[in-house]
Amino acid sequence: MIKLKVNGRSRQFDGDPEMPLLWYLRDLLEMTGTKYGCGQGLCGACTVHIGGAAARSCVTPMKSAAGKNILTIEGLAAKGDHPVQQAWKQCNVPQCGYCQSGQIMQAVSLLKVNPKPTDREIDDVMQGNICRCGTYQRIREAIKLAAGVKTSEVKA
Amino acid sequence: MNRVQLEGRRGFLGKAFSAGAFILSAKVLPVEAFGAEADNAAWHPSVYFGLQPDGAAIIVAHRSEMGTGIRSVLPAVLAEELDLDWKRVKIEQAIGDAKYGSQNTDGSCSIRDFYDALREAGASARLMLERAAASKWGVPASECQGRMHEVTHKASGRKLGYGELATLAAKQPVPKKEELTFKPPSEYRFVGKPLPTIDRDDLCMGKGTFGIDARVPGMVYASIERSPVFGGKLKSFDDKDARAVKGVLQTAVIDSFAPPHMFQALGGVAVIADNTWSAMQGRKKLKVEWDLGENAAFDSGAYKKSLQDAARKPQRAVRIVGDVEAEFARGLKTHEAEYYVPMLSHAPMEPPAAVAEFKDGKVTAWAATQNPQAVQEAVSAAMGIDKKDVVCNVTLLGGGFGRKSKPDYVVEAALLSKKTGKPVKVVWSREEDIRFDFYHAPAAMYMKAATDPNGRPTAWLQRSVFPTIGSTFDPRAQYGQEFEMGMGWVDLPYDIRNQRAENGPAKNPVRIGWLRAVANIYHAFAIHSFVDELAAAAGRDRVEYLLDLIGPGRKVAIKPEGMTYWNNTQSQDKFPVDTARLRRVIELAAEKSGWASRKPAKGRALGIAAHRSFLTYVAVVADVEIDEKGRVKVHRIDLAADAGKIVNPDRVKAQFEGAVVFGASIALLGEITGANGRIKQSNFHDYQVARMNQSPVETRIHMVASEEPHAGVGEPGVPPVMPAICNAIFAATGKRIRELPIKNHKLV
Repeated sequence: MIKLKVNGRSRQFDGDPEMPLLWYLRDLLEMTGTKYGCGQGLCGACTVHIGGAAARSCVTPMKSAAGKNILTIEGLAAKGDHPVQQAWKQCNVPQCGYCQSGQIMQAVSLLKVNPKPTDREIDDVMQGNICRCGTYQRIREAIKLAAGVKTSEVKA
Repeated sequence: MNRVQLEGRRGFLGKAFSAGAFILSAKVLPVEAFGAEADNAAWHPSVYFGLQPDGAAIIVAHRSEMGTGIRSVLPAVLAEELDLDWKRVKIEQAIGDAKYGSQNTDGSCSIRDFYDALREAGASARLMLERAAASKWGVPASECQGRMHEVTHKASGRKLGYGELATLAAKQPVPKKEELTFKPPSEYRFVGKPLPTIDRDDLCMGKGTFGIDARVPGMVYASIERSPVFGGKLKSFDDKDARAVKGVLQTAVIDSFAPPHMFQALGGVAVIADNTWSAMQGRKKLKVEWDLGENAAFDSGAYKKSLQDAARKPQRAVRIVGDVEAEFARGLKTHEAEYYVPMLSHAPMEPPAAVAEFKDGKVTAWAATQNPQAVQEAVSAAMGIDKKDVVCNVTLLGGGFGRKSKPDYVVEAALLSKKTGKPVKVVWSREEDIRFDFYHAPAAMYMKAATDPNGRPTAWLQRSVFPTIGSTFDPRAQYGQEFEMGMGWVDLPYDIRNQRAENGPAKNPVRIGWLRAVANIYHAFAIHSFVDELAAAAGRDRVEYLLDLIGPGRKVAIKPEGMTYWNNTQSQDKFPVDTARLRRVIELAAEKSGWASRKPAKGRALGIAAHRSFLTYVAVVADVEIDEKGRVKVHRIDLAADAGKIVNPDRVKAQFEGAVVFGASIALLGEITGANGRIKQSNFHDYQVARMNQSPVETRIHMVASEEPHAGVGEPGVPPVMPAICNAIFAATGKRIRELPIKNHKLV
């Protein structure tokens, strides 16, 4: 029996310990905000926080999630008003929106570690999250907005 | 097998029709058009609109949402003309139904084809509400005006809410088109404004429902093992180990298709489980033997060579202006070059996914689809049931790019539901998505020009060879179809006396399909690279040369050989090839990029390309640096576009921003190859798409303020991006990229 917390709520799982956290969240808990994109930790669509840090749920087996606190997009802010989400809305970032849960979770994690990232630092962290619609420019803008960094202040 | 003629994209099966045409006249529909939510007091003056007595306005979005914002933007057109309070608008996604007109959200034509229909629907509804109020008050309708969800009698100041008038308005005759009046643009609150989409906030909370998120009680999950080679047939399989996987319920065979493949299921062995992971694990344990068939010989290297060989030989002429051969014989300086663009995969972030339930002889599907009516067609054909007995609910799409207008994955779900007796969700893994796509065609182009002493061409020959999308519907089809030739090949707008365009045949070894911007991708790459080569040979400024080549502003009548000019199904009267508009975007992009004042810098330069596609004119200037290790950095893109009138400037800008990244992916990274009939790539490590650190650092979009008719927005930004980047690389390094992607070239 694997015990873990998802968005503050205690959960138990007695299935295949190799099942990735992603499918547990999506199929068993019916929390579909976390997305499947590649299944190999290559695209970032499945990004959640494990123990406060961004992680790819598609390559995290349930046995590794045991005893951990998991935060998903659904648990980030009840009203969707986390500063990063607010910035995302202000910049009208989403196109299709599919990758944006992962992008937002990654960005929240980035700003936690590095509250005033440079363009280079944003690129370094966010390059793991693919957006096929090509919203990168607005993602960068939104991260700076959330960080309270004026776009003109930070170059390179 | 039961087969139907599927509606082709963009009418290329010869049914050139204006998608919006037949729904222009608003008509009162039975309430069941709006399903269970409708009540008898509700009023539906057109297929797109309903009004409840409490004032709730329901606007139907009949086009699919894959990131363009269309399901917000088209309803906003109706809301504008009816002058609704946007907060009281509820948008309902239409199921697949021919009554809405074409729902094939593809070809950058939603606004072009439906703006008028939605605007007239809004104006009709407003007039009927005004007349209803007038009759109640006993005043002339001309004294009543519908604004902000209520009708006001100007003289007396009396007001009635739209909802209060719904029942009365429903009894009004539907006005004729000539009776309609339209709001002055100065009063617009939505059209021309950056209205946020209705989905934006949900998408920032992980709340949108995509095809992969659809859920039905009692649903099971399927993962399908398919032939590694296109057209391979199942010989035998052993599912003992698969069925031993915890969570696996059963296996089921999906028969292989009979040609033409169209949008049929590829066939294979499905593992059904009570969750996605178990289904995928079970599938890995299947032991399957295939009769691979003739495509097992497919090798992309040899295939490429066959395309190139064909492109070096005379081929079918598709456009003739003057006489290139006579001009070449005159002994002027000639230039030749060959270009190649490889196969590409769509790779939308959400792979193909759908849920279907077969019950009582009917199928209900929930699908991320660009074309729910094609789902009805393909599912009914596969199941041997009537099209009317296929209900297709349309979810949000996690990207489409053309992949999701081909509903083979919905057919799989429907077939498996019949076999299992349960609702089935089919989710393609990323590996399946990359290996079993409808690929963007690989294409070889041969170009030849003769130039005068100023380096200006007096003869221009271009020849392309690629497997056609027409092979989807007819396995014998080997030449480019009218619509493919109409995508930047027979419509070269240059002021050159002698021109000849040719196209040669190629057999398809895999499924070929349309991908964002389609044939424009390789045509634009060859043409605009070759222009740059000629300008370089002449030692002339690229912008000056390009404008000289285009010549004075005029409308160029396009007359191809043996076919009509496709022109996105539109007439050349309404949408002529207008070189004044092409010149304007070039001048704008040059100005905004600082082209004229640009100082030479080591390893860094500007490149330009301009292309008309989807009736829209786009010029791109790329500022590209190649460092000492040969790494390419696109510092900035200035994209100037004239797409005619636009509705939502922020979403238009977003589409062009996205097109730049999509184009950068194609230019820098995109390549699908195959050997022994098998596609070599499988996921984002070997089929790379541009990440943030590989994308242009800054993209600036410059829209021409235009009163021309609405044209395309989703796709036309893509084609000029690749040649603009490559032309910049040449200017910076002297290295000419004639084959994409750039990652295969050593630049230092």
